[in-house]
Amino acid sequence: MHELSIATSIVELAEEEAERRGVRVVAVHLTLGQLSGVVTEALAGSYDIATAGTLLEGSRLVITEAPVVVFCPACRERRTLPSVQLFQCPQCGTPSAEVIEGRELQVTALEVE
Amino acid sequence: MKPEPRLVEVRRNVLKHNDLVARELRARFQREGIAVVSLVSSPGSGKTRFLESTLSRMNSRYRVAALVGDLATENDAVRLARSGAPVKQIVTGTVCHLDASMIRSSLEEWHLADVDYLFIENVGNLVCPASYDLGEDVRAVLMSVTEGEDKPLKYPAIFNGADVAVITKMDLCEAAEFDLESARANIQAVRPGLRVLCVSAKTGEGMEEWMEYIESLTPAQK
Ligand SMILES: Nc1nc2c(ncn2[C@@H]2O[C@H](COP(=O)(O)OP(=O)(O)OP(=O)(O)O)[C@@H](O)[C@H]2O)c(=O)[nH]1
Ligand SMILES: [Mg+2]
Ligand SMILES: [Zn+2]
Repeated sequence: MHELSIATSIVELAEEEAERRGVRVVAVHLTLGQLSGVVTEALAGSYDIATAGTLLEGSRLVITEAPVVVFCPACRERRTLPSVQLFQCPQCGTPSAEVIEGRELQVTALEVE
Repeated sequence: MKPEPRLVEVRRNVLKHNDLVARELRARFQREGIAVVSLVSSPGSGKTRFLESTLSRMNSRYRVAALVGDLATENDAVRLARSGAPVKQIVTGTVCHLDASMIRSSLEEWHLADVDYLFIENVGNLVCPASYDLGEDVRAVLMSVTEGEDKPLKYPAIFNGADVAVITKMDLCEAAEFDLESARANIQAVRPGLRVLCVSAKTGEGMEEWMEYIESLTPAQK
């Protein structure tokens, strides 16, 4: 489980932004791709431990799970996969290994005051 | 009165530091003409034994070296060093994966120009290593016939991010009632087109094909 170290990296990143902007962070918004290798529940569970004693103590982590988007070579379109167990176009069934989105592990925004 | 919180856009990748170090390593490997292959699998799938066999086969013809990550003990490095190749153990302590900085610091004392192939055995874990680029050219994901055919469906991220899949311990295939076709179908479901090799480090089955695959990495990627 590396979620605690990921949570710590998130906190460090947010602290840096908070200091630079001179604000207090009340929530961190994170986008988590389904192929990021990070488990949402485990990350959410580590957040309070990672924030304890930091500028982020008491803040919330708001996680948005991002689905996998592939490029279908037959339709020549971006397609969102309904399941990460099956990398094929949901419209035409053509297999696709060309991942466009789904690996994100990104802090997208901060709620500050 | 308390001010209303406002939303500020940030857009920063959490693993940016690792990605930067990995990029720097990849450029360095390319400059020095080294092909780098990493191995990931769940604990005990046979990474070390497979690597022992690989290093022994290559050692007379190429300059090979290996890094091996484990939570504790130097046992795997001791096993790999028997091949005669330079080997370094990375003991990660509580960390369940290797990251690019660990690779960089363990390469500090090595003269990379003297190496043709560098192998990296990751910590036995099919989840966490998926997030960390190590700067390798090729990532091989291993699964043994005793683990069940549905490993790829349970760990799609790691299989999807791999460049080749290796099914190990083929000598135990029958005893484990392993359904090879179903395993292949599951791999293709999560990573269409992924090359699959079937090997036994014990009997040597499939090792020639693996050697051919490894040798094909140079000079194209070298
Ligand atoms: N029969 C058979 N046993 C194997 C084969 N490869 C590995 N083993 C056995 O499987 C066990 C685990 O092998 P290792 O090579 O240590 O596995 P590993 O993936 O390096 O394990 P960790 O580093 O702890 O994750 C050992 O007892 C090996 O002897 C094989 O091809 N056939
Ligand atoms: Mg090992
Ligand atoms: Zn399609």
